[in-house]
Amino acid sequence: MILRLGKDRPPVALVAPAALATVFLALPLVGLVARAPWRDLGDQLTSPEVASALRLSLLAATMSTVVSLLLGVPLAWVLARLRFPGRGVVRALVMLPLVLPPVVGGVALLLVLGRRGLVGQWLDGWLGMSLPFTTAGVVVAETFVAMPFLVISVEGALRAADRRFEDVAATLGASRWVAFRRVTLPLVGPGVVAGAVLCWARALGEFGATITFAGNLPGRTQTMPLAVYIALESDPEAAVVLSLLLVAVSVVILVGLRERWIGAV
Amino acid sequence: MKPLLAVILAVALLSGCGGESSEAATSGAVTVFAAASLTEAFTEIATAFEAAHPGAKVTFNFGPSSGLAEQIVQGAPADVFAAANTSTMDKVVAAGLSDGAAEVFVRNYLEIAVPAGNLAGISGLADFAKPDLKLALCAEQVPCGAAAKKAFAAAGVRPQPDTLEQDVKAVLSKVSLGEVDAGIVYHTDVQAAGGRVAGIEFPEAEQAVNDYPMVVLKTAPNAAIARAFVAYVRGAEGARVLTEAGFARP
Repeated sequence: MILRLGKDRPPVALVAPAALATVFLALPLVGLVARAPWRDLGDQLTSPEVASALRLSLLAATMSTVVSLLLGVPLAWVLARLRFPGRGVVRALVMLPLVLPPVVGGVALLLVLGRRGLVGQWLDGWLGMSLPFTTAGVVVAETFVAMPFLVISVEGALRAADRRFEDVAATLGASRWVAFRRVTLPLVGPGVVAGAVLCWARALGEFGATITFAGNLPGRTQTMPLAVYIALESDPEAAVVLSLLLVAVSVVILVGLRERWIGAV
Repeated sequence: MKPLLAVILAVALLSGCGGESSEAATSGAVTVFAAASLTEAFTEIATAFEAAHPGAKVTFNFGPSSGLAEQIVQGAPADVFAAANTSTMDKVVAAGLSDGAAEVFVRNYLEIAVPAGNLAGISGLADFAKPDLKLALCAEQVPCGAAAKKAFAAAGVRPQPDTLEQDVKAVLSKVSLGEVDAGIVYHTDVQAAGGRVAGIEFPEAEQAVNDYPMVVLKTAPNAAIARAFVAYVRGAEGARVLTEAGFARP
């Protein structure tokens, strides 16, 4: 970091609140570290239940990011590039999981995809498929909550991208699909990466919709946030260790992606 | 006014503040942390209590007893704590936060809850060992799960649950939505759910009775109203509501 003196000095009006914000974000982490039972750390981390919760968390968050990319990028393109009646409604729907308490989202998913749900009863009756209490159910719950982060990022990147490149591609004979694939997507690549990282991080921390829709069973649906919550009931110190582990893993992965992430924002 | 208030308080305290008629000093706010299974009964009792004690206001924090105990130990501003078993209450007492001994005011029995109609044909604890059924239990860390574990041990059944829920109401909602074929909840929860859920009693429930203790906390800023609320719950009106909700007398 370079701090220059004179009129290039960063304004206090910006630096002071930024420092306050940093402290505000750092303090809860300090609290966790201060309370962590370092002596039993090893025992906690090597327990098979923790390993399975962590594995399940990483798997489900990654799967839901993949699903979000497959469905969310096209949705972002439609919102950014097409004019159609009801676009405002679709955009509001994208915001819905952000404002809905995740537990309510979980109940709503049960009412639709549960085995007595509007859609779920057909899945259950015809395909013998039931989503609640399965790992697939965890992915569904996490996707519902996390996909908006991807859609909003990508839509913002698409709006900011210079459309003339697409127009030129069209004059050179490219179809809209080819233009999207060969011109638009590389152009908004950093925005897609940033959205995917946000989406993955949100999915990793997801609790309310998951425990409500997918339930809580070690090895099948118990992700780290659920393990933390249940541990809090009986053994707060174990909950602190599990939280730190989740934070550490996500920080390592996010820092690994930092260069591209910062490039996009 | 101050000395007069002090006298009234002193009289109320000396007289044990036990009767439901001594509401002279019992106005103000009382915050009650109570087990999730007490939700309906305590809410009803609080309405009657507020009607009988003008100026009194009861605020609740319902949740899994173990989580509530943890919050209280961490300094949450509770005046009264009512737990769904004695071991969670012991945590609060061991932390030196209870004002006097915790006394058991009701007991609760476990019951199998099935969606109305019982399409899976559940008849007893043995059905919980069937892997093809969808089954919900409380996590062992919360009282309803700990009690269920005892009952299964007594029955010699190894349950195959599909989910271990964070509290008893979460199990009940999975049952009432029909998402599971059966769950283990308290008798009172079945009663509270009305027609959407049917209850099936089982003999091993005798081995896993939950005693509900209640205590006034030392940190209560207004101990008089906290005691008045506890006395009211233990009094005639409280007993009527709790019995109606399906709780047994200790």
